[in-house]
Amino acid sequence: MADTVGKTEAAGETRRDFLFLATAAVGAVGVAATLWPFIDAMNPAADIRALSSVDVDLAPVAAGQRITIKWRGKPVFIDHRTAEEISKAQQDDNADLRDPATDASRVKKPEWLVLVGICTHLGCVPLGQMPTDPRGDWGGWFCPCHGSVYDTSGRIRKGPAPRNLEVPTYVFTSDTTIKIG
Amino acid sequence: MAAPTPPPENAIVRWIEARLPIFGFVKHHLKDYPTPRNLNYLWNFGSIAGIMLVVMILTGVLLAMQYTAHVDMAFNSVERIMRDVNYGWLLRYLHMNGGSFFFLAVYIHLLRGMYYGSFKAPREILWWLGIVILLLMMATAFMGYVLPWGQMSYWAATVITNLFSAIPWVGNDIVTWLWGGFSVDNPTLNRFYALHYLLPFLIFAVVFVHLWALHTVKSNNPLGIEPKKQQDTIPFHPYYTVKDLFGFGMFFLVYLGVVFFAPNLFSEPDNYIQANSMVTPPHIVPEWYFLPYYAILRSVTINISIPFTDIVILPAKLGGVIAMFGSILVLFVLPWLDRSPIKSGRFRPIFKQLFVLFVVDCIVLGWVGHNRPDEMLMMGPNMGIPYLMIGQVATFYYFGHFLILLPVLARFEKTRPLPDSISAASSGQG
Repeated sequence: MADTVGKTEAAGETRRDFLFLATAAVGAVGVAATLWPFIDAMNPAADIRALSSVDVDLAPVAAGQRITIKWRGKPVFIDHRTAEEISKAQQDDNADLRDPATDASRVKKPEWLVLVGICTHLGCVPLGQMPTDPRGDWGGWFCPCHGSVYDTSGRIRKGPAPRNLEVPTYVFTSDTTIKIG
Repeated sequence: MAAPTPPPENAIVRWIEARLPIFGFVKHHLKDYPTPRNLNYLWNFGSIAGIMLVVMILTGVLLAMQYTAHVDMAFNSVERIMRDVNYGWLLRYLHMNGGSFFFLAVYIHLLRGMYYGSFKAPREILWWLGIVILLLMMATAFMGYVLPWGQMSYWAATVITNLFSAIPWVGNDIVTWLWGGFSVDNPTLNRFYALHYLLPFLIFAVVFVHLWALHTVKSNNPLGIEPKKQQDTIPFHPYYTVKDLFGFGMFFLVYLGVVFFAPNLFSEPDNYIQANSMVTPPHIVPEWYFLPYYAILRSVTINISIPFTDIVILPAKLGGVIAMFGSILVLFVLPWLDRSPIKSGRFRPIFKQLFVLFVVDCIVLGWVGHNRPDEMLMMGPNMGIPYLMIGQVATFYYFGHFLILLPVLARFEKTRPLPDSISAASSGQG
C-alpha cells in the first residue's frame, strides 16, 4: 500500500521527504544535545577541579637536592639545581634536541627547576629524585618503563618519549615559596 | 526458527510450546543441530570459552558483593576477601586465574579458526563477532586488573590510558575524560569497576549473536569442506555434548590445578603492594595474554617524517599505538587477505608451515614483551641482541604474515586435492 501511495503522489514526495529530513535533523541535534551531559559527566568533577593548586616552601631544599610533591594526584619534581647542573643545561640549548627548548624558557629562576614528574611517553614516574637513582647519561632523569632519558633541564634526550617533561604553571609567591597550579 | 516437530505429548509442554516454542528451540539447537562428524578436539574450545565466561560472571558477582571500589579501601577489601570471607580465596583465585584460562581457550579457538580457515565465506560475520568478543574481553580484563589497586593495577591503568594521549589534538582531553581527574584516581577506579561489571554482559550478548551466526552457517570442520549429505553430519547431542564435556573436564583439570596448587603463577608480586602514584615499579609488565601487543607497542621507535624535512607526520608514540591496535584489527580483513579457496591448512602444505612460524612469532613477541626493551639477550660474554630489535623483527613478521605472505600464498600455493565429502574421508580413516 505504501508503494502505491509513493508512486501516485510523486509530487507530494518532496513535502514528505522534507518532513522526514527535518524530523531526522531535529532528532539528531536532540540526541547530540542529550548525549553531551552523559559524556561530560565523566569529566573531572567540581571538587576535583577545586583541588588544583598547592603551595610549596622551598627554604629547606638544599642545593643539589630534589624533592617530590603531589599536585593533582601527580608527582611534581622540584630540583634545586647546582651551578654545574645549570651550566650543563644551558650548554645543551643548541644540542640536537627532539623537543627544542632553551633552559631559560623552562625556569623562572635558574636554580629552581619545577617539572611534572610524569614521563611524556606513557605516564610512568622517571627515576632520579634520589641521589642513588639512575639519572641517565645527562644527569637528569631516567624512565625505567621504556628507557627515556631526560637532561638537567628535563628535556628529552633519548628513548621513546616525544616531549620534554612538562613545566607546570607556577608562580613565586615569595623568594622561597611557590604556588603550583 | 524451530523445525517442524510433532506436537509434544505432555499437555503442559504443549501449552507452553504454543506460546513460546522454547522446547523446540532447545531441541533444534542443542540436540538435533547437525554437526560435521569429523570435528577434532580443537573444536572444544568454543564451548570451553563459553563455560569460562559463565565461571567469570558467577565468581565475579560473588566477589562484587565483598569488594569496595575506593582508593583507600580497594586493596584492603581484596585482602579481606582472601582472609576473612568464606571461600573468598577460592572465588578470587578462580576469577583471577579464570581470566588467564579464558584467554587461553579463546586464543586456541582463534588459532584453530585461522588454521582451518573458519573465517572464510560464509563465516566472515561469525569471525567478526568473535573479534568483537575478543576486544570486549581485553577491555574487561584490563579494567578488572585495575580493581585490586596494587602497584601493577595502578601503573597498568596509567600506561594504558595514556595510550590515548597519542591521538592528535584531542588526546590529552580524552585521557582526562577517561580518568575523570588529572591522574588515575578514585573516579577512575569507580568507573572501571562499573564497566568491568557491565562488559561481561555485553560479551554474553555478543556470544549469543556469535552462536546465532554459527547456527546459520553451521560449524566448519578439519577438512574445511561443507557437509553435503546426511552421512556427513551427526546430531550435536549426544555426540558433541559428550565430547565437549570430556574436553571441559580436561581443561578444568589444568585450570583447577593452577587455582589450587599455583594460584599466583600468572600474577606479578608487585601487585601485592598497594598502589602508589609517586613511585613507578622498576619493571611494568602486563598479564601474559597482553604481552605480544605490548611488544608491538614498544617496537615502533621512529617518527615517520616527510622526507628531507623535520615535519613529523606520524610520531613514534602514535605509530606504536596504531600498530598495537592494528595487530588485532587486521583480523577483521583476514577473509580478504587469505583468499585461498581451500579452507583447511591440511591441504595447504606451505600455509601449514607458515602457520607454525606465525604461532612461534606470537610467542616470541610475548617473550619480548616480558623483557625490558633496553636489555639484551646475551649470546656470549660480550655479545647480545637487544630485545627491542627482536621485537621489531617479530612485529614486522607479524604484519608481514597477514599483509604479504597470506595474499601471495593464496595466489601461488599448490594445494593438495580435497576429498569428495566428509563421510568419504572419514570412512577411509576408519
